[in-house]
Amino acid sequence: MLELHNIRKSYGTQQAVKGISFAIRAGETLGLLGPNGAGKTTTVSMIAGLIAPDSGEVKLDGRSLGGDTDPLKARIGLVPQDLALFEDLSARDNLSLFGALYGLQGAALNGATAEALSFTGLTDRAKDKVKTFSGGMKRRLNLAAALLHDPDLIILDEPTVGVDPQSRNAIFEGLEALKARGKTLLYTTHYMEEAERLCDRIVIVDHGEVIADDTVAGLTRRLPLRNVLRLELENPPPGAWAEELAALPGIVSVRLEAAVLSVGLAELGPGSAAALGWLTTRGIAIAHAHTERADLETVFLALTGRTLRDA
Amino acid sequence: MNLTALWALVRKDLKLFLGDRRALILSLAAPIVIGAFFGFLFSGDGKKDTAKIPIALVDLDGSVLSRAVGAKLAEDKLLLVRPESEVQAREAVRKGRATAAVVLPKGFGDSAANAFFSSLGKPEVTVFYDPSHGMEMGLLRGLLTQAAMEVVSREMFTGDTGRTVVKRTLSGLDTSGVSSAEKAPLQDLLRSVDRWNAQQSAAPEKQRSGGLSLPYTLKEEPITAGSGIAYNGYAHSFGGMGVQFILFMGIDAGVALLVLRRSGTWQRLRAAPLGRRGILLARALSAAILATGILLVIFAAARLLFGVRILGSFAGFLGITVAFALMTATFGLLIAALGRTPEAARGLAIFGTLIMVMLGGAWIPSFVFPAWLQRATLLVPTRWAVDGLDAMTWRGLGFSAAVGPMAVLLGFAALFGILALWRFPFEDA
Ligand SMILES: Nc1ncnc2c1ncn2[C@@H]1O[C@H](COP(=O)(O)OP(=O)(O)OP(=O)(O)O)[C@@H](O)[C@H]1O
Ligand SMILES: [Mg+2]
Repeated sequence: MLELHNIRKSYGTQQAVKGISFAIRAGETLGLLGPNGAGKTTTVSMIAGLIAPDSGEVKLDGRSLGGDTDPLKARIGLVPQDLALFEDLSARDNLSLFGALYGLQGAALNGATAEALSFTGLTDRAKDKVKTFSGGMKRRLNLAAALLHDPDLIILDEPTVGVDPQSRNAIFEGLEALKARGKTLLYTTHYMEEAERLCDRIVIVDHGEVIADDTVAGLTRRLPLRNVLRLELENPPPGAWAEELAALPGIVSVRLEAAVLSVGLAELGPGSAAALGWLTTRGIAIAHAHTERADLETVFLALTGRTLRDA
Repeated sequence: MNLTALWALVRKDLKLFLGDRRALILSLAAPIVIGAFFGFLFSGDGKKDTAKIPIALVDLDGSVLSRAVGAKLAEDKLLLVRPESEVQAREAVRKGRATAAVVLPKGFGDSAANAFFSSLGKPEVTVFYDPSHGMEMGLLRGLLTQAAMEVVSREMFTGDTGRTVVKRTLSGLDTSGVSSAEKAPLQDLLRSVDRWNAQQSAAPEKQRSGGLSLPYTLKEEPITAGSGIAYNGYAHSFGGMGVQFILFMGIDAGVALLVLRRSGTWQRLRAAPLGRRGILLARALSAAILATGILLVIFAAARLLFGVRILGSFAGFLGITVAFALMTATFGLLIAALGRTPEAARGLAIFGTLIMVMLGGAWIPSFVFPAWLQRATLLVPTRWAVDGLDAMTWRGLGFSAAVGPMAVLLGFAALFGILALWRFPFEDA
């Protein structure tokens, strides 16, 4: 449905996007992941036709956008990273405006507005001015505003920034419902767990370049570690014993934070047996244990040698 | 172009404006209050007590003639004459208590009478004046000439001094250096005057002629929309202040787009298939609708409060209003486009509006400008708006007088609109 061919964009001497290519199939949810300044918003802006690439092509259903009044733009719904709302208008007025921008009017507009309000759980507050809303409610309305014209491709640029867990959940349920309806989603974030929960495929960008493009399972398969064993210790003894543990075969990494020991394992069965056996012989008591799949944070670390937060 | 989208954006702007109390006050209350103030200052209502020009009179002669000149000046309704000593008079002018001081020198009466026919030995009348009142100085010069001519000529053709002077001039003619060709006719003239004077002094007082006087009487009639209709200074001041504050509103509208550009809303608008032309057009339309509404409300207030009426073509008034509204709207967009950031645009706006408003004649009517400036300000669109509104209100002209201003304003609107579309920073935030 959407194809990017080697798109580039510079701001002065600053190369924000240095030749990004990827594609999204209809109905797919793609996570566009990267640290601050990686070029996510710039990429998304080129897809939505807000800025023109210096070179390369963006194709929607095999066709490039022809100018800023191309009706093809109506296939896209954009949820910008910064809130796109008029604070002094009511929620309903905001939605009607964004619907009308795509030519909706009359009963069709009213219907779409009511549906978008209920979809994001804001029906009760429809008549209130947006400036009286909480941050989470504004984010939900920001999402609703992109849905009125029923686009096929919905681009979400960090739609959960600064959002409380309750609103974040509401947004996620909404996105899952859209996915279930067969919509194509392009989801930009630097929260690993979000991309993992929602996306079929993940494109990781850094410094304006794609450094990985794979399914979640595919990405984890490429890693030297697949699983993490997390152990809460009752009385972790002092000393450099953790390094001894890391030297055991099948154990890739060991990290002790407070009383939580994280042990990275290449293979779950042999690795955990070795680790648990070693701890038991040293008399180190374990209060609680569980295993996790390696997360995208770990993936990013493995691919770039940097953590996401300080990239 | 998608009209649904366009109209939705226009409605949004109108809603936001009407919901913003500060914008309403600035655009409606301020021009009404300030228009009322300026109207009061410049209005014809003031004619009952128009400030008179204060003049100090120093009479060092004290003769019949000098006293008569003083009395004549004092009669004039434009002057407030106060007799003073020479020292006091100088001080009064220096301190601004008097606009000018007229000093009639010692021997003024005699010398003036002698110089009347022979133009010899003219007395020197001194006027001290305040250099910041050049216009009043011109007026005083005229009034002084009139008073002196009337007083001296009456004396020469009727009074006793006149008879003595005519006789003396006659006998002095041989030694006066007048050429022999002129001597005979002048002798004839003076002898006739002498006979005339003899006859006059024999006649009863009532039938005597009054000497030279202005060869006409003056009837002053202000030319306005029609006879019996007085000039209404409020019409001009409300037009001028309306123009000024609507310009502010237009610039605010342009700057609002720049502010919007810093938020996600801008991306959101741009993502819709309306296009950049649609976004600017919607903003121009909403600003023009607001400008039209504001000007109509301002004139409605002027009508209710001060009886300002549209004495000319109402269609012309509406046409100029709408053309001015479009010009304002595109001017605001142009300022925004050139400024590129809200801060820079506001700086530019101060400069832009000052020029538009001052040179446009919104504060001071343009007819008091020097001629070259009046010609130069034809390049300022507000000049056409202010003059056009004047023409349709108190001047009471017909629709044909509105066509020129309308065409010029629409031309400026098109020019500003095209420049704004070309220069507006759509992309780089
Ligand atoms: N209008 C602009 N002018 C100049 N530089 C810009 C502009 N927009 C973005 N950049 C630069 O381009 C690079 C990519 O920015 P972009 O906003 O695309 O990153 P991002 O991945 O969306 O980051 P974030 O996670 O912080 O939103 C950054 O270095 C940024 O400073
Ligand atoms: Mg971004």
